[in-house]
Amino acid sequence: MATTQTETLYVQHFGKDQNRKLDYYLSQMNGYEAAKKALSMNQDDIIGEVKKSNLRGRGGAGFPTGMKWGFIPKQSPKPKYLVCNADESEPGTFKDRDLMRYTPHLLIEGMLIGGYAIGAHIGYIYIRGEYTREAKLLNEAIDEAYAKGYLGKNILGTQFSFDLTVHRGAGAYICGEETALLNSLEGKRGEPRVKPPFPAQAGAFGGPTIVNNVETLCAVPFILSRGGEWFSALGKVEKSGGTRLFSVSGHVKKPGVYEINAGSMTLRQLIYDVCGGILNDKKLKAVIPGGSSAPVLTADEIDVIADIEPMAKIGTMMGSAAVMVVSEDYCVVKLLQRIAKFYAHESCGQCTPCREGTRWMEDIIHRIEHGHGRTQDLDLLLNISDNIAGKTLCALGDAAAGPVSSFVKKFKADFEAHIRGEKCPNA
Amino acid sequence: MAKRLSQKFYDEMKKLEPRYPTKVALLLPALHAAQDEQSWLAPDIMDEIAEYIGIHPAQVREVASFYTMYNLKPVGKYHIKVCTNVACCLLGADEIVEHVEKKLGIKCGETTPDKRFTLMEEECLGACGTAPAMMLNDDYLENLTIEKMDKIMGSLA
Repeated sequence: MATTQTETLYVQHFGKDQNRKLDYYLSQMNGYEAAKKALSMNQDDIIGEVKKSNLRGRGGAGFPTGMKWGFIPKQSPKPKYLVCNADESEPGTFKDRDLMRYTPHLLIEGMLIGGYAIGAHIGYIYIRGEYTREAKLLNEAIDEAYAKGYLGKNILGTQFSFDLTVHRGAGAYICGEETALLNSLEGKRGEPRVKPPFPAQAGAFGGPTIVNNVETLCAVPFILSRGGEWFSALGKVEKSGGTRLFSVSGHVKKPGVYEINAGSMTLRQLIYDVCGGILNDKKLKAVIPGGSSAPVLTADEIDVIADIEPMAKIGTMMGSAAVMVVSEDYCVVKLLQRIAKFYAHESCGQCTPCREGTRWMEDIIHRIEHGHGRTQDLDLLLNISDNIAGKTLCALGDAAAGPVSSFVKKFKADFEAHIRGEKCPNA
Repeated sequence: MAKRLSQKFYDEMKKLEPRYPTKVALLLPALHAAQDEQSWLAPDIMDEIAEYIGIHPAQVREVASFYTMYNLKPVGKYHIKVCTNVACCLLGADEIVEHVEKKLGIKCGETTPDKRFTLMEEECLGACGTAPAMMLNDDYLENLTIEKMDKIMGSLA
C-alpha cells in the first residue's frame, strides 16, 4: 500500500459503545484539554492556527475553515451562532454518523472551541431526522458536558459561556445546503436563501453565523492541541491538511469508513488495496467519487489522487468523500435513473430550471431505461442539464446536472443500446 | 379547543423555549414531539401546535408538508422505510422492496388494512457501508437480505 499512514485520529475509536462516554473521552482521547488551551488563547490566534492547518470543509465544498471563521465580524449587534451541519444527506455519505455515535464529545469540544474563536455563545447541531439514535447519544453527551462544566456558563472557570442544542431535521436532502439548513433551524421550510448576504454576515436568526460539517469540527481539537503545522503536514497534497474519512460503499469487498491522510492515495488504491477490490472479483464499471452529486468516473479514470484539487482537475469532485463503486454487471442507465429520481424528489421547487428540469430528466431517463427512448433523447438530456447547471440559487441544480451529463457522455454506448432496444449490455 | 397533546409535550417545549431566540424555531421540534406521541400529525394536532407557537395553522401545514418524515396520514404500527438510493440499490434494495410489497399485499406508500404495516421507499439513510438498510419506526436495520427481512417481519407482533 502506497500510503504513508502512521496515525489515525478517529477510526480507532469507532465501533465500541463505551467510547461514547465522557470518562472514555477524558482518559483515552485527551478530552477537553484542547478547549482548556483554546480558552486561554487570543481568538485571532485560534483562527490563525486553523488557517495554518489547511483544514478544508469536510461536508462537500472544501472551503478553508480558518478563512471561513475569519469572515465573522468582530463586533455584532446581533448574537453570533455556530451551527454544525450534521445533516449528512449526500447519498453515499455515512462518516459523520460514526463520529457522532462513537466520539460525540469530540464534536462538542470542537464546537466549544469554534464558538469561542468566533465569539458565539450559542451553538446548534442540526442533525438529520433519521439519525434518531445518534441525536439521543449526542444529547446524552451534551448533558454530561453540562454536568461537568464543559458547556453552560463560565466554562472551565473562564468568562466564556456556550450553550449547545441538538436540532433535528425531518427528511429533506436540501437541508444539507447551509442556508436551507438555517431556514429549517428557524422553523421554516428548508428552502435555500439568496446569497449574499452570506451566513457569516446574516445567518441564523439574522445573526452572523458559521456553518461547519461534523468532521470539520471534530478536527479542531486536534489542531489546537498539536498545532496547525502538524495537522497540515498530515496532508500529502498542497492546500489540504489532516486525514480524511472516506465512506466507501457499493460493489466492494470491504465497504465502510476509512481514514487516510489527505491526498495520500489514488482512488484505485483506496478501492483495491484498502477495500479489497470489487465484489466477486468482477470488473469495475464506474465510480461515483464524492457523493451522488459528483460526476461519474469510468474504470480507467481512477488513478487520480483522491483529494479536492486533483479530483477537480479531472472534472469531478471530492465532495463528501463518499465513494460508490459499481461493478460491470450493474446497468448504468438504471443507476442514473435512480439518481435522477432522487434529485427530482429533493428539488425544493424554488428555482424553475431545477424544479422543471430534474423532473424532465427523470422522465427521459425512465423512458430510456424502459425501452422507449428516442435517438434525440441524449442530446436533449445534455441540453437540459446544461440549462440547470449554474442557473439556480443553490448547488442542488449543479448536483442534479453533473451526474446526468457525465453518465450520458461517458457511458454513451450503454444509453444508445437501450435506445436501440437492445438487451442491456451489462445486466 | 380541548387539548390533545400531553403535559409531557408541553413540558418538553417549555424546556426547549430558552434554547431559541424565536418561538417559531420550536416548530420542527414540536412536530417531532407531537408525532412521537400521536404517530401522525392530524389536522387538530397541527392546529394545537399553531396555537401554542402563536402562528397561523397554515404556516404549520406549510412547514410540515415540506419534510418527508412528518406523517400527514395515519401510519401502521410498524413503519417500514426501505432505502432505495444508490448504494442500497447496488446491493439489491429493489428486490427487498418488491418482496415486502408481495408479502404485505400493498405498494410503497400504503398501509395494510389491519393498520399494522406501512411501507415506504426512503432516500439515502446514511448507512451505505451496511447496505441495504431500512428504518423500522426509529431504528436502523442494516445488511438486509430477503431472508433477514422475512425473519424481521416474522418477529413483529
